[in-house]
Amino acid sequence: MSETFLLRGARILDPAQGYDAHGDLLIRDGRIYALGPDLAPTADAAVVTLPASWVLTPGFVDLHAHLREPGFEAKETIQSGAAAAARGGFTTICCMPNTQPVTDSAATIAYVRDRAKDAPARVRPIAAISKGEAGKELAEMAELAEAGAVAFSDDGRPVSSSRLMRSALAYAAPLGLPIVEHCQDEDLVGAGVMHEGAIATLLGLPGWPAAGEDVMLARDLALVRLTGAKYHAAHLSTAGAVALVRQAKREGLPVSAEVTPHHLLLTDAWVAGERSGPLADALAALGIAVPPGARYDTATKVNPPLRTTDDCAALLEGLRDGTIDAIATDHAPHTTVDKACEYADAAFGISGFETALASLLALVHAGRLELPTLVAALTVRPARAWNLDAGTLAPGAAADLTIFDPDEPWTVEPGRFASRGKNTPLAGLTLRGRVRQTWLGGRRVYDVGGEYPSF
Amino acid sequence: MALDTLETLAAPPLPATTRRRHLLDVDDWTPDELHALLMDAAHMRGVLAQSERLDTLRGRVLVNLFYENSTRTRVSFELAGKRLGADVTNVTASGSSVEKGESLRDTVRTLQALGAQIVVVRHSRAGAADLIAREIAGAVVNAGDGWHAHPTQALLDAFTLERHLGSVAGRRVVILGDILHSRVARSNVWALTALGAEVVLCGPPTLLPLAAVEMYTSRAVPGTGTPRRVAVEPRVERALAGADAVMVLRLQRERQQAGLLPSPREYTARYGLSPEHLRLARPGAVVLHPGPMNEGVEIDAAVAHGAASLIEEQVTNGVAVRMAVLALLAAGRMVESES
Ligand SMILES: [Zn+2]
Repeated sequence: MSETFLLRGARILDPAQGYDAHGDLLIRDGRIYALGPDLAPTADAAVVTLPASWVLTPGFVDLHAHLREPGFEAKETIQSGAAAAARGGFTTICCMPNTQPVTDSAATIAYVRDRAKDAPARVRPIAAISKGEAGKELAEMAELAEAGAVAFSDDGRPVSSSRLMRSALAYAAPLGLPIVEHCQDEDLVGAGVMHEGAIATLLGLPGWPAAGEDVMLARDLALVRLTGAKYHAAHLSTAGAVALVRQAKREGLPVSAEVTPHHLLLTDAWVAGERSGPLADALAALGIAVPPGARYDTATKVNPPLRTTDDCAALLEGLRDGTIDAIATDHAPHTTVDKACEYADAAFGISGFETALASLLALVHAGRLELPTLVAALTVRPARAWNLDAGTLAPGAAADLTIFDPDEPWTVEPGRFASRGKNTPLAGLTLRGRVRQTWLGGRRVYDVGGEYPSF
Repeated sequence: MALDTLETLAAPPLPATTRRRHLLDVDDWTPDELHALLMDAAHMRGVLAQSERLDTLRGRVLVNLFYENSTRTRVSFELAGKRLGADVTNVTASGSSVEKGESLRDTVRTLQALGAQIVVVRHSRAGAADLIAREIAGAVVNAGDGWHAHPTQALLDAFTLERHLGSVAGRRVVILGDILHSRVARSNVWALTALGAEVVLCGPPTLLPLAAVEMYTSRAVPGTGTPRRVAVEPRVERALAGADAVMVLRLQRERQQAGLLPSPREYTARYGLSPEHLRLARPGAVVLHPGPMNEGVEIDAAVAHGAASLIEEQVTNGVAVRMAVLALLAAGRMVESES
């Protein structure tokens, strides 16, 4: 079934090729066929005319998501998670192994891949570093790599043992896949539930010190020096971590890093209902009201925790100078019950797919981040960091596309999310910029207009 | 008007001018509101002294929902509610009244369905009272939530200090001990600084919260915009110098196991309020403790029962202050339902 589409008129932005111009994109048989100004329509091509104000980019690549299946289907399924991804413009999503059972066997990898077969996003499983994410013995990493794992991580359960971390790095090195660490010194962090600082003092909540991340990352980097293995630091949240990664890259260590939209945009003050930081500033500059939130809003509880304005600034600087490779959502859906409780008892995590782009665009509108940098951090940079076949509109590549209106305002209504996780601190806020269409392999899998399945 | 003059007036108190639906903390209270409440409490002390009963809360159902054991606070609220004519019920998590595994939200909704109009809650988790306040139509009184707040304790401490010092404005009040884990300290800073006192937080560095000075001083007193005066001083000699009052906090033994303290022995020697330490304060300085005390650990028995101690009076004042708080919330509700 040969299908040909000619997408005309939008601003095409593909940082992988350094392409940024209004033009046309020709898709044939699920792949990019040609890209350029004024392509001649072939006879069989269905022409899709897009407004000139819209932006067409490679489909977004997310290195960090929790799809919860198998085991926690009340929070999310692979299908509902992929639908949420499609609504957020993500076409390749790497899912974390903290499922039930833990994704530590070829059989579970196969299960995940099978469940994802017809999903509206490409699901790339990350396998566990240790059996059961218990931090004791290595998982069968070679077999997991063969089964299709794209990386290894015990996300959510940091690898506390330095000895095991060294082994994991050494063992994974010839496999060519990165070890992904959730940097948290559990002993130091203890029962901490929010950033340790003035707001934790205000609210009387146990603090999670920034040093808890820096200590773990510094240890890991020493082990990378020792083993030479590929290493990826998940969801950086502290200024100290940015400095450590910057230094490691200067040294030439094979290190990459990601940051989430919420760590770039929100601060610990949100836990007190005081909405300060880059997102609030950017929205205010756009004339969009940001009403105060509720104290102890468990939607703000995330791990690592929301930190300070200074940390946000360091993270943004790291993203702009390339220290941080990728923006990853750490999409972490939970049920209402998981969150409708006392702050200390609530589950950690934010349902992130469906608000990522719109929240990040606030930085672009406010002049704090260039659109090409933002798009690169969502496409080619994560793809290159992990050698994923994604993130470009180069001829021959899969026709995975995201088309968004950078200016359309909309109000975040979690009740309308495709994700089963309605847990977002952005509920009720108006954001500017909206995904209009998402294409996967030359097929429209999401269209906000509703003409195509809008999950 | 001096607080002790008000006690002799038998008239039931006028509700304070501002209406409030809940008492979650005193961080947003203006000096005027605080003064009004303290005057109400003075009236209530008179009511108590004359063994009177009021009918302010007649026909209202007050539930004491206690997830932590605290006989003294629960009894204090119970007496306060009964003196105002309320129907008082106690629900304790240790008893059968709170189903195991039932969420706080569900428990509170059940209590509301059963007719609870005022819920007094004590809970080990910070924010529990805020959570309940979002769930129910009635009034919520925070009787202590985790390390966060204990507003009626702060109000009774402020009341006790004002009765003895005349006014706390311009006075130096030292809060001594485990500040990090103390809801009593947190609420007291709000109340006392709003009333014009300088508050010094003193304790071992491992038991002092981060960025406390920055946090309190960046939040000016509501109504007046006055900056709050807060200092942190881990050296007890410096903290106590010139103090008009010392509020001693209870030391939990588990701080040693958590690696925060070498031993109770060293704590007592360095931070315990001994007669020698108390002599560093201003002559006539008074001593408070929210109870229950570990005599011989954070406070010497001679100080606890000495001339400077107001500890027993705090307990009496607790009932009067809680009566004033309940009356205030009841008034707030009445205004609201009429509008
Ligand atoms: Zn993580």
